Amino acid sequence: MPTIIDITEDKAIEVKNFEFTYAGSDEPNLKNISMPIAKNRVTALIGPSGCGKTTLLRSFNRMHDLYPGNSYAGEILFEGRNILQEKEDMIKLRTQIGMIFQKPTAFPMSIFDNVAYGLRLKGIKNKSELADRVEKALKDAAIWKETSARLKHDANGLSGGQQQRLCIARAIAVEPEVLLFDEPTSALDPISTQGIERLIIELKEKVSILIVTHNMQQAARVSDYTGFMYLGDLIELGRTEDLFVTPCEKLTEEYITGKFG
Amino acid sequence: MNRFLDRFFHLSTLSIALLTLLVTGAIFGVLLDEAKPAMDALGLSFLIDTKWAPNLEKFGALPAIVGSILSTALAMFIAVPLAIGVSIFLSEISPQIFKTPVGVSIELLAAIPSVVYGMWGLFYFVPIIRDLFGGLGIGLLTAGIVLAIMILPFMAAVTRDAMNTTPDILKESAYALGGTKWDVVKDVVIPYAKAGIIGAAILALGRAIGETMAVTFVMGNVHKIPSLITDPATSIPVALANEFTEADGALYFSSLFYLALVLFVISFVIIAFAKYAFLNRGKRAVS
Repeated sequence: MPTIIDITEDKAIEVKNFEFTYAGSDEPNLKNISMPIAKNRVTALIGPSGCGKTTLLRSFNRMHDLYPGNSYAGEILFEGRNILQEKEDMIKLRTQIGMIFQKPTAFPMSIFDNVAYGLRLKGIKNKSELADRVEKALKDAAIWKETSARLKHDANGLSGGQQQRLCIARAIAVEPEVLLFDEPTSALDPISTQGIERLIIELKEKVSILIVTHNMQQAARVSDYTGFMYLGDLIELGRTEDLFVTPCEKLTEEYITGKFG
Repeated sequence: MNRFLDRFFHLSTLSIALLTLLVTGAIFGVLLDEAKPAMDALGLSFLIDTKWAPNLEKFGALPAIVGSILSTALAMFIAVPLAIGVSIFLSEISPQIFKTPVGVSIELLAAIPSVVYGMWGLFYFVPIIRDLFGGLGIGLLTAGIVLAIMILPFMAAVTRDAMNTTPDILKESAYALGGTKWDVVKDVVIPYAKAGIIGAAILALGRAIGETMAVTFVMGNVHKIPSLITDPATSIPVALANEFTEADGALYFSSLFYLALVLFVISFVIIAFAKYAFLNRGKRAVS
């Protein structure tokens, strides 16, 4: 049985007996996962390649639904409802639970339009409201200084680190409750990585964060809780300092001490 | 040794590249040379005269020029939106099991020789147009539609390939912000593939404006500026194909070369303009 800490803080999301099966797979790729995601905290998921951490992350905003044949079982409770239900409004869900990807994904449009994109999708047309919210998002993502003078320029002219901040600004502009980060610094240099990590820690005042990382130091630096996954199972979830110093499971200990992975 | 090989490679590719320039130049030279007598005799009024009467030694190119431009414009007007629609379906909407069979059949359509489109147009399509729109059935409208059908599969195939290069992660980013399929196509896929889509349209345009066989069957070869869309007309390639065999007089013969030169210049100008106007725009800052 996995060791899952019972958190006493408010929970943003509660996963119960969750299973996920990719199209064409005979058995579940994620097995019987139960975990809380604390509100206004950073929860990190670590584990070797192929352990299912990204698959789990992409279940929270139902990204798997974009490809036919994938199936979920169990419950992911968010705001009192099970978001795995058939009738879940995917568009609303994705504005409540935002996502940052492995590589910067600036759209082929201007910096302003990138950040305004989600707002416009929500139906906000008022120019001054758009301008205010874009400015606020860019400030919150710590990229206002570099972009304020060139909001109309093509976003692809920004550096990789700046583009990733732009993507964060774009995600927080719609004021989500939860942000999912999928190895957000894997394509970035150390300086940009440091900036993104600092930003993640600042952002948790406003949103609950779940981050997948292949970098254990990163998990240790940014997260309050860490979950260790292995072969589709969640092996252990605990407070980050406990998990890295005194892991309960043998497998966790072997992984964090570098015996495999 | 390696340096020698590199040098050889450099020179051989360079000479092949230069050869294409040389051939283009040579074709232009021959056209110019053969058209010289007609250019001397008729001057620039050739371009605006509307009367084409070889028996009276009267040669005016305007009807053929207008016919070429109108039939091509009509074909593009029909084909471009359809081709984009087909490629959106194939790259973003169609279930996986349809993608390959529909894709392959579109590529097969693109491989049908134009003379077959012409025959099909004449024997099958002309009566339909006649019944629907009146007139002879042979004319500008039919030519435009047959041309559109002919360039559509090629354009759809190239456009689909361009759309397929949109990275999944970029599309997912738009979905992750609450985008619908239509939002993603409109805001991510089409802008991302823009250069490829325009390139496909330019190639299709080049093919349509020079197309001879398919149009010869259904356009009517009448040297008159059409006043109705269903009127018979002619285009430059159609006039050339029909009339070279019967060009007995020296001025007639030379006039046809003059006409060919005009087509050469029109194609060149349109394609150069299209490239400049559409492909450069994407590189500048978005406003």
